[in-house]
Amino acid sequence: MNTHVKIAPTDLSRRSFLVGSAATGLVLGYAAVPGIDQALAAPSNFEPSTWYSIGPDGLVTVTCGKADMGQHIASTMAQIVSEELGSSWKDMRVQLASNDPKFNDPVLGAQITGGSWSTMMNFEAMSRAGAAGRIALTEAAASAMGVPAGELVVRNSTVSHPKSKKSMSFADIVKSGKITKTFTPDELKAIKLKTPDQYTMVGVSVPQLDIPPKSNGTAKYGIDVMLPGMVYGKVVTPPVRFGATVKSVDDAAAKKVPGFIKAVTLDDKTGSTSGWVVAVANTYASARKAADALNITYDNGPNAKLSSQSLLDEAKRLQALDDSGQFFVKDGDTAAAFGTAAKVLEAEYTTSINIHAPLEPMNATAEFKGDILHIYSGNQFATRSGAIAAGAAGIDPKFVVMHQMWLGGGFGRRLDADMMVPAVQAAKAVGKPVKVIYSRENDMTMDYSRPLTFQKVKAGVDGDGKLIALNHDVVSAWPTARWGIPDFLSPSVDKKGPLDAFTVNGADFFYSVPNHNVRAIKNEMAHNATPSGQLRSVAPGWTFWAVESMIDELAHAAGKDPAEYRIALLDGKGKNDGGAQRLRNTLLAAMGMAGYGTAKLPKGEGMGVACVSSQERATASWTACVAHVAVSSSGEVKVKKLTVATDVGMQVHPDNIRAQVEGAALWGLSLAMYEKATLKDGGIEQTNFDTYTPLRMSQTPEVAVNVIANGDKPTGVGEPAVTVIAPALGNAIFNACGARIRALPITAEAVKAGMKA
Amino acid sequence: MPSLNINGRNMSVEASNDTPLLWVIREQLQMTGTKFGCGAGLCGACTVHLNGEAVRSCQTQVSEAVGKKITTIEGLSAKGDHPLQKAWILEQVPQCGYCQSGQIMQAASLLSKNPNPTKDEVVAHMDGNLCRCMTYSRIQKAIMRAASEMRTASNAGTERRAT
Repeated sequence: MNTHVKIAPTDLSRRSFLVGSAATGLVLGYAAVPGIDQALAAPSNFEPSTWYSIGPDGLVTVTCGKADMGQHIASTMAQIVSEELGSSWKDMRVQLASNDPKFNDPVLGAQITGGSWSTMMNFEAMSRAGAAGRIALTEAAASAMGVPAGELVVRNSTVSHPKSKKSMSFADIVKSGKITKTFTPDELKAIKLKTPDQYTMVGVSVPQLDIPPKSNGTAKYGIDVMLPGMVYGKVVTPPVRFGATVKSVDDAAAKKVPGFIKAVTLDDKTGSTSGWVVAVANTYASARKAADALNITYDNGPNAKLSSQSLLDEAKRLQALDDSGQFFVKDGDTAAAFGTAAKVLEAEYTTSINIHAPLEPMNATAEFKGDILHIYSGNQFATRSGAIAAGAAGIDPKFVVMHQMWLGGGFGRRLDADMMVPAVQAAKAVGKPVKVIYSRENDMTMDYSRPLTFQKVKAGVDGDGKLIALNHDVVSAWPTARWGIPDFLSPSVDKKGPLDAFTVNGADFFYSVPNHNVRAIKNEMAHNATPSGQLRSVAPGWTFWAVESMIDELAHAAGKDPAEYRIALLDGKGKNDGGAQRLRNTLLAAMGMAGYGTAKLPKGEGMGVACVSSQERATASWTACVAHVAVSSSGEVKVKKLTVATDVGMQVHPDNIRAQVEGAALWGLSLAMYEKATLKDGGIEQTNFDTYTPLRMSQTPEVAVNVIANGDKPTGVGEPAVTVIAPALGNAIFNACGARIRALPITAEAVKAGMKA
Repeated sequence: MPSLNINGRNMSVEASNDTPLLWVIREQLQMTGTKFGCGAGLCGACTVHLNGEAVRSCQTQVSEAVGKKITTIEGLSAKGDHPLQKAWILEQVPQCGYCQSGQIMQAASLLSKNPNPTKDEVVAHMDGNLCRCMTYSRIQKAIMRAASEMRTASNAGTERRAT
């Protein structure tokens, strides 16, 4: 059972991490509050905290330490600051942080964006930062006006004194240079924050600050970086995903391409790439031509004969071993309980390899300037990626400056830093700044993909059909273990060494099952052949596929309504108290919105339910879905409607939550029905959007979203809804036509084959 | 040295005739609003107009653009205030935003010919443009809103002329 990862607030490049329970967030950035000294030294700029500054023009610029990949997190941070600061929304601006550790996440102690963690983990720090600024501005204004601070009102970037009708704008106060208030960390912690009934900004769908530049082409992504004297690199990647080495490079034909500069064979000691060459030229078009003209021979290495089938066979072999893997959950005694069970069901669930494929292909620009290596790239894990760039350059990570850009999609792909290796080594080799851009083919075949997974679930029920025992084995590559950061792993319950909880999160659900085992089994073959990554929602994207399908199977076996069956299991007993009730309520909300069970559906149609506590047990957003499908006699599935309800505690930006939940639900649909990658001869077979086919507009069903804010702390919204869709669809298909699907993606052939004759 | 007419200006560029227009626009002319997504005409991120027709600039050679009017997102409107761009902001369409220049250019070519499209016509016209954030429903809404605004403006203009 895990709580979420907590990283010690130290230099990640030294790999100092801790895993522990969620403690109070460390408020970094305040230890050296630039108070009076700096304020006096630079009266033109007031920086109440690391996180924002107020200019003499009154503009408030918030620095966002989170990667903004479309979740509008920069705007959200500004919104939280603005609430407590009392600034006008029109005065808010955002900028993206460098990798300076002062911009580390106040809870995680590193710059990493993922897990749908950002709002929940930064809400308090940004609130306190905003409040500290308001207090400092108020005291300065009180002194300037000669009135008691307690009589002042702060609203719309103005501090006013109603009695005397005096007022000063934030701009006036900053220009006065009279701000003297500083805060110790303890004083910051003691600030009394607003209560939700006092909010005027949180809970309002203010216009997102990044949308206008994304509507006129001016937003700058990593791929848009232009540096003086810059040249371009196009990587040539080997036929296998991982493990190849370059035997020879013949650049005779490439030399005939005008503008060709050099072919650089990577020497990658970070282990991010294997067998890559980068063709450098004065334009990207020439680099592409030169790359195509290179004649490279490879040793394809140890994975060259592997296929998706090999990985699945190996997973099954490992699962069948009694002593493989480590326990993530071990409650009660499942073996004994199976002995007393009235009925035992067993089923195997699989998911295919999936590719992130953000629309902006991976890219990075590297420039050496004196001792400093500058990296320009949109990235989700600046702390680790900077260390990888340093490793590629053979320098200390402290000499790397990461320039964050807007991300043209992240979805977990940009937690990795492979794209920085060719940029750094090419820049070093040619003595110029180099921008490396992957072709779509590079991007797809070298993705740190969602791993192929195999899960075996064995469930025992008593005479009433009540679930009394569950064994759940999860076999996959281990995406987070690959980071090589030991403390990102979790201790196993059976003390057999650390496990990658990001392969089993979700399996520690909120149903009450007295005897419950979850075993995490690393598929070493898959881990080596298809180095995996964190794909939007990570483990709950497959664990809930298995759990929520099996729960449905149990309900049908017991002759009970699957939704009612879930509600009975969500009894809120013991450790499940609180969460189980919220999940039950969310399920009921989705059922109500969808009209579940209220009308007889036409033949061939069905509704199915699923409910999840994604992402992690300690960071759950309570999410439920009712999927409505129509299945034709040939097994074609038409998704008529997805109804999603989610309890997010508190809404900072209601419209954004709806946008994120809808996008996540459609990702869930796309993964469930349209996206499949396969391994053959060690290589990913799909190379572009003709064979790897994410959802398009014509395939988009109606998505109804119901956001519940129960008043608790804000939770994440970018990922959880991904995980609830596939099982809801599978369960709806069963109700529509009797076919039980246990493999993702769902195909018409599988549905037809599963229909009762 | 081919000469291109782009966003109303004539510019000569240094590129061989077979260079994809996309890279000339982005690198030489430094107009980076037009995006690279797939290099194969499968995603629509690189959509620009040639004489008002939406084309994939990654599949268009420079030589094919010579003598034609090229319009990019930077030239769609003077101040980023084309009715579609206004609708994109009002409907808060973009998430990561990377595909949105291409989406807007694709949509603009529809509305210039069909000011009153049905939902099915919008879907058919837009289906070649991928949005990995899957903002499709908002894209549809924004196109419908812009179409309505454009019809209203055009009717108002007609009425003014009539009086």
